[in-house]
Amino acid sequence: MIKKLLTLPLLILVASFSFGQNATLKGVVKFKGEAPKPRLISMKADRQCDAMHGGKPVTAEDVVVNQNGTLKWVFVYVKEGVKGKYSPPAEPVVLDQQGCLYHPHVFGIMVGQKLEVRNSDPLLHNVHSTPKKNKPFNIGQPVKGMKSYYTFTVPEVMVPFKCDVHPWMSAYAGVLDHPFFSVTDDKGEFEIKNLPPGTYTIEAWHEKLGTQTQTITVKAGETKSIEFTFERKK
Amino acid sequence: MSQNQSKFHGLLFLFFFILGSIASVWVVLRNGWWLPELASDRETIDKIFVTIFIIAGILFVLSELALSYFIFKYAGDARRKAFYLPGTTKKEILWSILPGVLVVMILEISAEFLGGASIWGKIHGEPPKDAFLVEITGEQFAWSIRYPGPDGKFGKVDPKLISYDNPLGIDMSDEASKDDIVFPAGEGVLYLPLNHPVVLLIRSKDVIHSPFIPNFRVKQDAVPGMVTRTWFVPKKEGEYELACAELCGLGHYRMKSLVVVKPMEEVQEWLSQQTPAGDIYW
Amino acid sequence: MTGHEHSQVEVHHKEGFIRKYIFSTDHKTIAKQYLITGIIWGFIGMILSWFMRLQLAYPNQPIPLLEKILGGWAEGGILKPEFYTALITMHGTIMVFFLLTAGLSGTFSNYLIPLQIGARDMAFPVLNMLSYWVFFAASVVMLISFFVQTGPAGAGWTMYPPLSALKNAVPGSGFGTTLWLISMALFIVSSLLGALNYITTTLNYRTKGMSMGRLPITVWGMFVTAILGLLSFPVLLAGAVMLIFDREFGTSFFVPSGLVLGGQPVPHEGGNPILWQHLFWFLGHPEVYIVLLPAVSIVGEVLATNSRKPLFAYKICVGAIIGIGALSMIVWGHHMYVSGMNPILGEIFVVTTLAISFPTAILIFNYLVTVWRGSLRFTPGMLFALGFLGLFIPGALTGAFLATAPVDIQLHDTYFVVAHFHFTMATAAAFGMFAGVYHWFPKMFGRMMNDKLGKIHFWGTFIGVYLIFFPMFFQGIAGVPRRYYSFTEYNFTSQFIGLNKFITIAAFIAGAAQFIFLFNFFWSMFKGPKADKNPWKANTLEWQADSPPPHGNWGPELPVVYRGPYEYSVPGAEEDYIPQTASIKVEAK
Repeated sequence: MIKKLLTLPLLILVASFSFGQNATLKGVVKFKGEAPKPRLISMKADRQCDAMHGGKPVTAEDVVVNQNGTLKWVFVYVKEGVKGKYSPPAEPVVLDQQGCLYHPHVFGIMVGQKLEVRNSDPLLHNVHSTPKKNKPFNIGQPVKGMKSYYTFTVPEVMVPFKCDVHPWMSAYAGVLDHPFFSVTDDKGEFEIKNLPPGTYTIEAWHEKLGTQTQTITVKAGETKSIEFTFERKK
Repeated sequence: MSQNQSKFHGLLFLFFFILGSIASVWVVLRNGWWLPELASDRETIDKIFVTIFIIAGILFVLSELALSYFIFKYAGDARRKAFYLPGTTKKEILWSILPGVLVVMILEISAEFLGGASIWGKIHGEPPKDAFLVEITGEQFAWSIRYPGPDGKFGKVDPKLISYDNPLGIDMSDEASKDDIVFPAGEGVLYLPLNHPVVLLIRSKDVIHSPFIPNFRVKQDAVPGMVTRTWFVPKKEGEYELACAELCGLGHYRMKSLVVVKPMEEVQEWLSQQTPAGDIYW
Repeated sequence: MTGHEHSQVEVHHKEGFIRKYIFSTDHKTIAKQYLITGIIWGFIGMILSWFMRLQLAYPNQPIPLLEKILGGWAEGGILKPEFYTALITMHGTIMVFFLLTAGLSGTFSNYLIPLQIGARDMAFPVLNMLSYWVFFAASVVMLISFFVQTGPAGAGWTMYPPLSALKNAVPGSGFGTTLWLISMALFIVSSLLGALNYITTTLNYRTKGMSMGRLPITVWGMFVTAILGLLSFPVLLAGAVMLIFDREFGTSFFVPSGLVLGGQPVPHEGGNPILWQHLFWFLGHPEVYIVLLPAVSIVGEVLATNSRKPLFAYKICVGAIIGIGALSMIVWGHHMYVSGMNPILGEIFVVTTLAISFPTAILIFNYLVTVWRGSLRFTPGMLFALGFLGLFIPGALTGAFLATAPVDIQLHDTYFVVAHFHFTMATAAAFGMFAGVYHWFPKMFGRMMNDKLGKIHFWGTFIGVYLIFFPMFFQGIAGVPRRYYSFTEYNFTSQFIGLNKFITIAAFIAGAAQFIFLFNFFWSMFKGPKADKNPWKANTLEWQADSPPPHGNWGPELPVVYRGPYEYSVPGAEEDYIPQTASIKVEAK
């Protein structure tokens, strides 16, 4: 009897810590109004880049409105309310330079997590990161297959990346000291998993359209959906 | 000290300079290493260059041969004392100054009287009123290019307005800005009209750069905080390379742009197909 | 007016090792310290150039050995472009300032001035010691900058702002540039201390009979060099301090308003980058002659001694050296024809620049006449002196192209310039230095250097230098810009891929020849045959002292001078040389 009495709360405790307790935050970022015409990037001045795209212009990734009227490349993260410490995963985040473009355009990374910047083009790229709180980073990668590693030491939203040789190339990294972030995809959707129950301020960040915040409360085991809507600034 | 008096070194000097000169001429002619093909109106530069090249070449061969010959001929000999020539008489002093005067005069003549001063004045003087205007702005490590559009006037720029969307910081409240045609850094091509004076306005956003078009004999530093200018007339249709000639950082070696020279009508047509600034920036 | 005379004979007392070899106030020891530090820097600078040549010959091809040596700067065996710009910067700085200014001037001014004018030491021996140790401190700071995480300074040895002023402009513009500026400031202080000493000593410490008109050409060269340094180095010191202020304390001497670097606005406003160029080249051009004049004067001395002939038209030569020195202060603008400087200034600098070729041509012609009908003795020192002429001639002649402003539009910042200054001031000055080392080694260390090795060294270097730099003229004519990390990117530069490999091989051969010198130098210092007082049968005073001269140089009596320094092969004399101390009368017809 005593044994039973003891095991029950223990079971609940174990279960709640492993999966039951944490919530999932899902959602979509919508774009209201007429989608702007995508800006074209001409790579004519660098013949090698131009050739990789068959001489066709490439669309810029600054404002990408998906087919279903949602917005791509929005960084959604928990701005306030996270308690406790989280250690970064061992595997690095990869920022690839391919076809004279950054892949991905927007990404999240944890403080202390390795960022691998890779050059998949047979030409010089230079990775010029200009954070405000972290240490700036400016390094040349003249040859295909080169990799550089970098770690951030302080949370910072967002850290811009630029290639000075191909000024149209840009990427943004959201640096956080917890793993609760996500980037919207081709359907405008995002998902933040394993969020402990509590009240949080969620921010959605877009490089051109600014930021929006919502305060939400999640309960243990809940899957919550929220929605952001951005508008074209005039 | 007999080993220090042999003819060996003199022979080696002679051998080296004669063989070296012949080999250089042969290699250079065979590979055609020379000034890049001239495609602008700056033929005076080539003329002065060639003149100095010939004079300097002759002086080079003569003086190196004289030096080598002296080394060969006057190698020490126990039986012969050196010729005592202190160079203190008036005649000797005259002889010592004369070659210097000659060299300088030859150089001055070639440099100045072949039109050196006049082309320098022309390059830095007022360009013709109907000249074709282009603005080229350097930044690490690419060139932005701006055409003034149909009104022939560039809109005002203000560095405070520079952003990702407005890489040159064009003030859109200025009427002259609306029809400007802007190519952000690395995305533009320099389209220039054939046989028509072109004025290049040169600016820089960050450090010193220097647009250099070897075929045009054009080079002028892009100095941050200043607008520098140069003008020339493209004389040959075709595609040329524009390079950066002033160290600007790690990507200096590939800070390039494409220059395309086409007849005026084609350039105008191409320009009319481009989107003016007023329709892009929002 | 024969200057100061020591009234008391200095008594030699035994000194400890530290006083004798490290913190010594003896001008001869200080000269050796400069020489050995200079040689070390020379080898460092040369090895840096090997890395550059490897990159230019084999762009984008991994060389695993490079990663072993350079670590992160050559990950995967490929040199990083930002390290390449650091390499050119450090190679230039080290070679121009640390080897060819401190190593050359520091060595020979210190060694020769007191000995050749018959003094016991410098006017200010402690200041002299201080000068070396400040230079040593500058060396240490410069060396430390190699180990900074973002690497050594990378804006070129000319340090043009804003590239050097904005800390994010290139990785080397970070802490590396701060160290560069500190090191240069120290270096300038050291040069000024040295220059003060050389000038004062030359003016006041000449022995009895040593009038200015009897000074060896070397002392004249060093004297004019010191004056040039004293007048022009402070300007760079001011510039360097201003640049430090721009970088650290938010002033804007050289950074204009409205700059945007890497997408970020720059807070500075109101400066002008061309101001730095004026300040830099106001030193920078005299600096060329600070490097060249000691070499030229050493060459004159070595040529006269080994041709067994008087230096032709000594007075004109001295006049030419003074003329070069004076004119060198007003030609700096020829580095700035395309800088955006007022074009009228450009015209003026064309004239002054062409004018400086006048004394230069006279000097070189006089040297040629000195060799003419001589009785040449091919010591390694003599070969290097002749080699100097062989290198300086193409260097000086190509100066005419660059002096002419319109032609400079095409050639500015191309390999033509690289070839030009390597012939005139770099290798020619190095040849002058080698000539000096081979010539005065017996006096310095009391032993002879190996003659055969010296000659092999000469021919390896002379041919090597020509093979390296002569083709670069043609690269420059074709428009190949300098300071490029690789030449694969443009059609007009990629035609020289094969030539670049050739130049690199030549650079390695010429470099290897320097190791022969290194071996010869240190081996002879301990194992070479003992040298006589006057192994070259030369006239100047130092050859009357012991080899090596003791502390205080002379015995109880200072030498007395009766004649000029170049009375070689005087008709009617018994020997083909008459030392300056000989009081005999010889009537020359």
